[in-house]
Amino acid sequence: MGVLHLVNRSPGESQTLALCLERVGAGDAVLLLESGVYAVLKNAVFAPRLAEAMRCVSIHVLTPDLAARGIAQEEVLAGVVWVDYEGFVELSLRHTPIISWS
Amino acid sequence: MKNFLFVLRHSPHSGSGIRESLDMLMTVAAFDQPVKLLFLDEGVFLLKSGQCPPNPAMRPTAPLFAALEIYDIEGLWVEQESLSERGLSLADLILPAQTLGRADIASFLAAADIVVAC
Amino acid sequence: MKFAIQINSAPWENQGCETAYQFSRAASHMGHEILLIFFYHAGAYNGLRWMMPPEEESPLLKRWSILAAKEGIDLAICISAAHRRGLLEQTEARRVGKLDDDLAPGFRIAGLGLWVDACLKADRFLIFGA
Repeated sequence: MGVLHLVNRSPGESQTLALCLERVGAGDAVLLLESGVYAVLKNAVFAPRLAEAMRCVSIHVLTPDLAARGIAQEEVLAGVVWVDYEGFVELSLRHTPIISWS
Repeated sequence: MKNFLFVLRHSPHSGSGIRESLDMLMTVAAFDQPVKLLFLDEGVFLLKSGQCPPNPAMRPTAPLFAALEIYDIEGLWVEQESLSERGLSLADLILPAQTLGRADIASFLAAADIVVAC
Repeated sequence: MKFAIQINSAPWENQGCETAYQFSRAASHMGHEILLIFFYHAGAYNGLRWMMPPEEESPLLKRWSILAAKEGIDLAICISAAHRRGLLEQTEARRVGKLDDDLAPGFRIAGLGLWVDACLKADRFLIFGA
């Protein structure tokens, strides 16, 4: 059972996601939530870094937070897994420990 | 019994966070639970020696960690890259710590049951 | 499964409290048990009784109280975090000669021991509002 990493900062406002991705292990999962969802924009500068991370870990995004920020499905990098709050709960059940990167 | 890990990633004087987080850590130790500290990124500055704030309200953070010695803490770990990226070495820290490479952090995190990042 | 949850941010400081609420509600509805929601750091401000935000903001305070009552969730505010920030429940306020009665219904004041205990009993522990 891998670690679940929660990242709620946009890559444009903080290095948190980049620093988190340097400390993930194979089989871990990353959930992008709150402002962290901006990382999944496929045409933004962070996208290649996120795509590279997907070779080792699964990347999930909280869909209500995407919707709240006007990010449409076609703007999201392929391979990112969409979850709602129930999906977030499921993710937390499948991983331990859970780390909130601040 | 659960393995607690406190991950410190922020520099001194960034709020009351560190004092309150150490209160948590001491409570965990008082409950006889195994507890470790890991310093990453800006968090390594918490241990930097020579802190002497001119303003008494800004108490230095390093002695807070020195006071942990009376508790049964399993150890202090510092990420080597976090130190070297900031031009620091173990000799610049107020307390002895063990070092880990960045590549070892993932498995170190995975070995914990409860992680408190602060 | 049993969850222990910690909230570190004040209402409106960021989205953390709202995310914690939505997560807790989803987990409860899925049949999981929330052993404790522990308010720490600036999260202590979540228990302020006299918050009066505009109605259209769907005040979280009311929703917490309703969820806690319906699902039997323990909403505990750390005593030291509360005192540091000037949140006093009535008995403690009288003890120190103040007139405060700041704690909202559905919340209680507790020590860090309660937090450790919940972490030990829970299958999963999450922090929100970091």
